[in-house]
Amino acid sequence: MVQPENLGRILDEHPFFAGIPGDLRALLIGCAANERFDIGQFLAREGLPSDKFYLIRAGQVAIEVDVPGKKPIILETAAEGEVIGWSWIVPPYRASFDARAQTLVRALSFDGACLRKKMEADHSLGYEVMRRFVPMMGHRLQTARMQMLDLYGPAVVKARKGKAG
Amino acid sequence: MNAHARNPAPADPMMPHPFRIERVRRELSDTFTMEMVPQSGGGFRFRPGQFNMLYVFGVGEIPISISGDPGDGAVLVHTTRAVGAVSQALDNLKAGDIVGVRGPFGSYWPVEQAFGHDLVFVAGGVGLAPLRPAIYQAMANRERFGKVVVLYGARTPADILFRKELEKWRGRFDMNVMVTVDRVAGKWNSDVGVVTNLVAKGGFDPLHATAFVCGPEVMMRYVALALEKRGVALSSVWLSMERNMKCGCGLCGHCQWGSDFVCKDGPVFRYDQIADRLSVREL
Repeated sequence: MVQPENLGRILDEHPFFAGIPGDLRALLIGCAANERFDIGQFLAREGLPSDKFYLIRAGQVAIEVDVPGKKPIILETAAEGEVIGWSWIVPPYRASFDARAQTLVRALSFDGACLRKKMEADHSLGYEVMRRFVPMMGHRLQTARMQMLDLYGPAVVKARKGKAG
Repeated sequence: MNAHARNPAPADPMMPHPFRIERVRRELSDTFTMEMVPQSGGGFRFRPGQFNMLYVFGVGEIPISISGDPGDGAVLVHTTRAVGAVSQALDNLKAGDIVGVRGPFGSYWPVEQAFGHDLVFVAGGVGLAPLRPAIYQAMANRERFGKVVVLYGARTPADILFRKELEKWRGRFDMNVMVTVDRVAGKWNSDVGVVTNLVAKGGFDPLHATAFVCGPEVMMRYVALALEKRGVALSSVWLSMERNMKCGCGLCGHCQWGSDFVCKDGPVFRYDQIADRLSVREL
């Protein structure tokens, strides 16, 4: 069992909550746990309750979608210093995609129900958490849109003129 | 006008010179590299980032960036994706065939200006080809730079250009190479996601970094924004633009882009001098 002071140290090593006030940091630590995932283990499964999010400390996680009869399609990967999971904020708190450990993964997990309760009681905590999650969600949306453009695909290149000629 | 020096245009820029294809190498299903030598003998000098007009006799002429080593003047190297009539005709040529070459044209990657800095290359798809000469030049002067970082994005693992070379570079102790793909099904243990994500991960000092970016224009716009967000000065970011180039020397006006001709004032532009034009769809 990791002691709260050690969880605090682990939290401080990750950039996501950098600069959070000390009293709010203590509230966060009360909902945190240190976890590890072996290769192939899932951090989240599509459609299942997803009441956690993870600050990845080491390793790489694939965010993927299962395609019946085919290999899963990896949509994005996340690694050290990044965050996995925001379904815990949005009802009905179910994962939209699978999240699978591609390597040994060490992560700090947060209990979403625990954190939501504290955020309701202390809106300054809610603000500090949301101001970190909203840019991350915006970034994921932007990169997903760019992937949809299929910039390197033949159709785009054919439409361009000049050096591709 | 662009901020850095350009090579003088060839003596008669409109006269194609015959080059003999020595070797053709298949890079990807639709992308190939040709090594050529002047039929009249001698060599070919160019600066990284410049392009030639390649003429397939009886078919037409297209601008193609040079992808070889600027330190090797004996052979001219072009990497081309077959997407149009002329590039597909080029793809049908074989060793021994003759191609007309005009050039080299345009501005170049200012590698020497980056001496003393971290040097960051960001490439997408076949955009790695115009950057490769600058990477060669940088590695030939490795001690003149801080970190050398190559960030490369491709569509899928099967679309990674110069894969063996990227693996070789990644194996060096003095070069940081990161590769991401937009999508993958099956075994792939590297990054998945857009190349802009690598900008945050690439271990370079943004306050002392120069970045050369080449790929689809939309990708370059977002990479430039990611570099700016990371703290890289806009005046230290360079992009290679593409427009419909015909004459190659600023005479015909086909590639006019605002106040510049991409063939003559570009294709390599400093980002802060073109940033306000990049999102103007009417240009």
